[in-house]
Amino acid sequence: MQKIGVFVCWCGSNIAATVDVKAVAEAVKNEPGVVVSTEYQYMCSAAGQKMIQEAIKEHHLDGIVVCSCSPRMHEATFRKTAEAAGLNPYMVEIANIREQCSWIHKDMAEGTEKAIILARSAIAKLRNNMPLQAGTSAVKKRCLVIGGGIAGIQTALDVADAGFEVDIVEKRPTIGGRMAQLDKTFPTLDCSACILTPKMVEASQSEKINIISYAEVEKVNGFVGNFTATIRKKARYVDELKCTGCGLCMAKCPAKKGKNEFNMELDNRPAIYIPFAQAIPNVAVIDPEQCNKLKNDKCGLCERVCTAGAINYKQQDELIEREYGAIVVATGFQPIDANPLNELGYAENADVVTSLELERLMNAAGPSKGTLVRPSDGKHPHTIVFVQCVGSRCDENTKRGKPYCSKICCMYTAKHAMLIREKYPDTDVHVFYIDVRTPGKNFDEFYRRAVEQYGVDYIKGQVGKVANENGKLMVQGSDLINGEQITIAADLVVLATAIEPDPTARSIGTMLTSSMDTNDFFTEAHPKLRPVESPTAGIFLSGVCQGPKDIPETVAQAGAAASKVIGLLAKDHLVTNPCVAGSNELLCNGCSQCEKVCPYGAITYIEKEVRGPGVREVRRIAQVNPAVCQGCGACTVTCPSGAMDLKGFSNQQIMAEVDAICL
Amino acid sequence: MSVNEKTWKPKVVAFCCNWCSYAGADLAGSGRLAYPAEIKIIRVPCSCRVNPMFILRAFERGADGVIICGCHPGDCHYTSGNYYARRRMTMLFSMLDFLGIERGRTRVEWVSAAEGQKFANTMNEFAKTITELGENRKLGDLRCK
Repeated sequence: MQKIGVFVCWCGSNIAATVDVKAVAEAVKNEPGVVVSTEYQYMCSAAGQKMIQEAIKEHHLDGIVVCSCSPRMHEATFRKTAEAAGLNPYMVEIANIREQCSWIHKDMAEGTEKAIILARSAIAKLRNNMPLQAGTSAVKKRCLVIGGGIAGIQTALDVADAGFEVDIVEKRPTIGGRMAQLDKTFPTLDCSACILTPKMVEASQSEKINIISYAEVEKVNGFVGNFTATIRKKARYVDELKCTGCGLCMAKCPAKKGKNEFNMELDNRPAIYIPFAQAIPNVAVIDPEQCNKLKNDKCGLCERVCTAGAINYKQQDELIEREYGAIVVATGFQPIDANPLNELGYAENADVVTSLELERLMNAAGPSKGTLVRPSDGKHPHTIVFVQCVGSRCDENTKRGKPYCSKICCMYTAKHAMLIREKYPDTDVHVFYIDVRTPGKNFDEFYRRAVEQYGVDYIKGQVGKVANENGKLMVQGSDLINGEQITIAADLVVLATAIEPDPTARSIGTMLTSSMDTNDFFTEAHPKLRPVESPTAGIFLSGVCQGPKDIPETVAQAGAAASKVIGLLAKDHLVTNPCVAGSNELLCNGCSQCEKVCPYGAITYIEKEVRGPGVREVRRIAQVNPAVCQGCGACTVTCPSGAMDLKGFSNQQIMAEVDAICL
Repeated sequence: MSVNEKTWKPKVVAFCCNWCSYAGADLAGSGRLAYPAEIKIIRVPCSCRVNPMFILRAFERGADGVIICGCHPGDCHYTSGNYYARRRMTMLFSMLDFLGIERGRTRVEWVSAAEGQKFANTMNEFAKTITELGENRKLGDLRCK
């Protein structure tokens, strides 16, 4: 007979307020196998853990049940506690009487009754537990960073600094991301490119960092410490090693109708192009949809002018397969599409622009060389209206935008307004806002400077309509403070569009099996305590892919993700999860059903001599590789002979739980 | 079997996958989103770990409803486990229906780790359905008769 100890936690008043903990401890005293049952204010505290350890030693316990918070919270804590007292850590079961009982029920009798049943169910499971030994697996000392924006670059630099190899996979022809498109940054107003490009150069010159640009991760297999990724490096039709980035091909290319993605499609670029002057790698790329040579084999001018002989029209996509110990997601964001918001007239009017487009219009390397002009007629705008929260903070039911606050818009609009007033003091700047949100170091001071020093007109209220009347944009909005409807005749309207995760984020999330929220932001392992880790081990989050944030926060998170990666890669071996499948060779008939459903290919077949009561023959039987098995249990249900079982979640254990619940 | 309408409360077993739905249940808990105490959760690594035998056993032992919660299609932590669960349960539920256990008593639902509200709503709704269906007939073990 097993000796089981039951420890009921009060969790202060979190559990004790709606569950009579003393009654629970008393009620399970007579359960078969239970030799000690007690309760304490905080089981997870040092004193609580000591109490458990002393009970294990005093009563020679074979297993313990802790009735406390979710096992996702403290299972690891109590396993360590048990291990330190000489008990196998897998002889610990948790009854979740906080999240699934005390916190959701108000009635004491009801809560107590449910807590007793949950405790009984855990005891019933524990009676069927077996001591398990964790194995180890080697860690591949290389990190994959998906996304080459500031988040990806910073993570890569920090990981490389610790001496580990890093690959940055960037889908665009150059790294740099959104930050490369910005003109100035708030609240310091320093030049974005001036602070970003040195980092890009540092990344490209680091011996440990390998930049794979114009490439996408196609497939990822494996698990923490042992991922295998397949990367598709798209054909750029230019030999990266030969191209010197001289730009002669760009100047000569006759097909100049390609939309310039880097300038938010405000101007055109040739079919062969380098996205911007400081691009890294500084290598041209041919847009196959624009290039006459690739489309209909006419032209070939770039090949003739290229002195380096770098042009290769026959280049094919290349598949790279590499092994990694850790993967960092840094896929970033894009502004939402403002076209469906009809009332703001973005689709019809060239002079209604988004903030990122304004950023390019104000940038010295932008389409207007840094002179602020209207896209429609190239004239200087004298009245500019900013519209805040375009697609942010929307009622989810209206489906007109995102429910969340995009966080950065209040600050970048203050920046834009300030810069415009500074450079063109004759310009009137109006800002329609719902709230101005400026939490952050020097943020509110910055906003107040825009209002007080630069005289930007902030109007509390929303814009109802933007209508074009003879070239003037009539902005109709409400002024809530003065309680009136106002119309401003504007030359330029700037929409502070919400930001959303990059469209590739969803497929990358699926590929990595790391969970996402309903807005396609990656979910963190714990919202407060593990903000840079995904719930999937070995996957880390860096930057806006996890939620809206500004540059300093992104850099901070990128560094935090890097430190987690370094912590992982610094280990030579990882302790593997012992809760893996195992086949009972006496029952297995070698039918191959389990092999077919295993998503990891962990099951192989061997010819083996099987010995048992009345059996002694060579048979084909299934064998599970415990290092590869992840413990999902798909095989256990598929197995027609019941030979396959999952340690830690065995048929017997779950049946016992069912029985205890349905008593 | 006499049923006292006032004291009878349904017995519901919820199998929740560790990665999405169990975390969703935890989130419902930390958000204090109430659902009936009749629902008891069993943690499984993946919805594909739920053996039809467990469900039969639950009904045999007098459960009034069984719900299986897993990650949304495409989001399975183990890539494809929830698809197996979906197919198996489609088969099993139609068989249970044939045995006289109404369709309303069995359900597969996808709840992500971020959907605490959905978890609570699903459980409230499921408990309501079961309460309306009333007490289930126990699946007897014929070998003992």
